[in-house]
Amino acid sequence: MSISVSGITKTYGDFVALDNVSVDLPTGQLTALLGPSGGGKSTLLRVIAGLETADSGTVTIEGTEATHLPAQKRNVGFVFQHYAAFKHMSVAKNVAFGLEIRKRPKAEIKQKVDELLSLVHLSQFADRLPSQLSGGQRQRMALARALAIEPTVLLLDEPFGALDAKVRKELREWLRRLHDEVHVTTVFVTHDQEEALEVADEIVVINEGRIEQVGTPDDLYDRPANDFVMSFLGPTTEILGELHRPHDIEVFTHPGIAGSVPARIVRELRVGFEVRLTVELLDAAHDEVTVTVTRAHHRSLGLGPDLDVWLSPTRGATVPTMASVEATA
Amino acid sequence: MASEASRLREPLPVRLALRTVTIGYVAALVGIPTTLVFRNAFADGLGTFVHALGEPAVVHALELTATVALLAVLINLVFGVTVSMLLVRHDFPGKRVLSALIDVPLAISPVVVGLALLLVYNPRTGWWGPTLQSWGLQVIFSTPGMVMATVFVALPLVIREIVPVLTELGDDQEQAARSLGARASQTFRRITLPGIKWAVVYGVVLSLARSLGEFGAVKVVSGNIADQTQTATLLVEAKYQGFEQTAAYAVAAVLAFAAMACLVVVSILRPEEDS
Repeated sequence: MSISVSGITKTYGDFVALDNVSVDLPTGQLTALLGPSGGGKSTLLRVIAGLETADSGTVTIEGTEATHLPAQKRNVGFVFQHYAAFKHMSVAKNVAFGLEIRKRPKAEIKQKVDELLSLVHLSQFADRLPSQLSGGQRQRMALARALAIEPTVLLLDEPFGALDAKVRKELREWLRRLHDEVHVTTVFVTHDQEEALEVADEIVVINEGRIEQVGTPDDLYDRPANDFVMSFLGPTTEILGELHRPHDIEVFTHPGIAGSVPARIVRELRVGFEVRLTVELLDAAHDEVTVTVTRAHHRSLGLGPDLDVWLSPTRGATVPTMASVEATA
Repeated sequence: MASEASRLREPLPVRLALRTVTIGYVAALVGIPTTLVFRNAFADGLGTFVHALGEPAVVHALELTATVALLAVLINLVFGVTVSMLLVRHDFPGKRVLSALIDVPLAISPVVVGLALLLVYNPRTGWWGPTLQSWGLQVIFSTPGMVMATVFVALPLVIREIVPVLTELGDDQEQAARSLGARASQTFRRITLPGIKWAVVYGVVLSLARSLGEFGAVKVVSGNIADQTQTATLLVEAKYQGFEQTAAYAVAAVLAFAAMACLVVVSILRPEEDS
C-alpha cells in the first residue's frame, strides 16, 4: 500500500473535518477523493502532504512513517487548485525549483526541465512568466513542477476546479493519459462525480469527515453502499420505495407490463440528447418521479405532457438496496 | 470613448473651478513654501550655500542625521518584515493588540514619544536608565536614544506597507515551495521576499524620509547639544533662532531635497509594483 492513513481526526474548533478516517491507497493507481464541498476530502489530502497536521492518527507513505515529517521532507508532489505558480519566476524556473533546492547539477536540471516541459506541452513557453499563460497552461506547469522532484506520490487538490468546463474536460483526459505514461501513485480531490468516474482507477467517497465507500468507478456506480453514494454519483429518483437512476426506468404507453405502475407526465425538459420527464404516479401519494429518455425514444413513443404512461424499473440495472449490498459484500 | 464621455460629464466651469481650487490649495500649502526654502538657501549664491554647509557643526549634524536615520531604517526593516510575517502568517493570542500597538506611533505626538523614552531610560531618574548606566550604556543624550526615538516614530511605515501585500499574496506559493522541499528560510528568501520586494522598498523609502525629518522626539531625548547630539533638523531650528538664517536655509534645503529624492524614487518604483 503506497499511502496508508489510519485513524486520522482533524477538527477546527467545533467543526469536525475528519472523523477517525482510515484508508489505504494503492501504489501506481489514480485515486479520486470524491465528495461534497466541506466534506473533508481536501483536508485529508493536505494531511497526507503534511500541509496540515492531524489531531490524531498516522500517515504512512510507501512504508515510511510520515505523521511527524514536515511537508518538505515527505517528497510529495502537490498541485493546488489555484496553481500556486511562483509569479516572479519563468515557467522553466518554476519547474526547476524543487531540483535547485535539492542542489542538482545544472546540466541535469536543464535536461529534466526540458523533458517535463515537453511532457506537459509547454516547451515553447519556457521563458514566459506564469501571468502570460492561460489557466490550463498554468496548471500543466504546476503539474510539471510537482513531477520534477520525482515524488513518491502526486497529490492534486481540485486541480481543474478553477478552469472552464471545456478546458477541464481536456485536462482530465490528458491527466489520465499522463498517468498511464508516468505511473506515479496519484490522488486527486474532486467534487465532480463525472471527473472521478472518468479518470480514476479507484474512488474514495468522503462525506462529513467520514469515508462512505471505497471502490472502482463501476463498483460505486452499480453497487453503491448507501443512498448518499448512490445520489452523489448521479441523479436519482424514488419509485416504489427504492432509488433508481432516471434513465433506468422504462416508459410504456400501454398497460399490462408486469410490475409497471400507472402515471401521468406533468412536465418535460429537453437537454441536448435527452428529455427529462417529470411524471406523477397515479397512486394515493401522487409522488413525482423523474425519468430520462433519449429524444429519439421520446419522439417514437409520442410522449408529451398530460399523457398517461406506465413506468417500470429497467431489468438488469442494479437495485441498490442495503440488503443487496450486504448480500454481495 | 467611455473615458472621454465620463470626462465630459461635468460642465466646464465646474471643472475649471475644481482645478483652480486643487492647484491653488496645494501651491499655497506645499509648493510655494518649499520653493521659498530653496530660493532663500541660494539667495546669496551657490558659494554661500556651499560655505554654509561646510561649517563643522553643520557637517557633524548632517552626518549624525544620516547615521541615526540609516540605523533606524535598518532596524525598522528587519523588525518590520518579521512583524509583518508574524501578523499575516501566524495566529497567536494578542495578535490584534499587537496590530493596534503598531499604529500607536502614528497617533502619538513625537514629543510625547521623547518624554516617554526619558521616563524609561533617563540615566538618573528613569525606570531602567540607571541600570543601563551602571553597565556603561548611555541611551539618553546619545545616539542610541536618538535611534530609538526615530525607530519608534517610523515603526508603522514598513509594516503597513508590507502587511496588505503579504495578505494579498496568500500562502499558496509558500506551501508549494515547502512541498517541493524548501526549508522555511529558503521559502522566505526565494518566494516570499520577491513577492513583497516592492512593498519593502516602498516602506524603507518612506521610513527613511520620515527618519531624516524627525524633530520632536529626537529633540527631547538628545539634549540638543551642538557638535554632539544635534541632528540636522535640530540644527536648523538652532541656527534660525540664532539669526544664522543662511545656514538654517541651506540645511533646510538639503533636508527638503533628500525627502523629495525619496519621493521621486518611490514614484519611479510604483509603476513597476503595479505591473
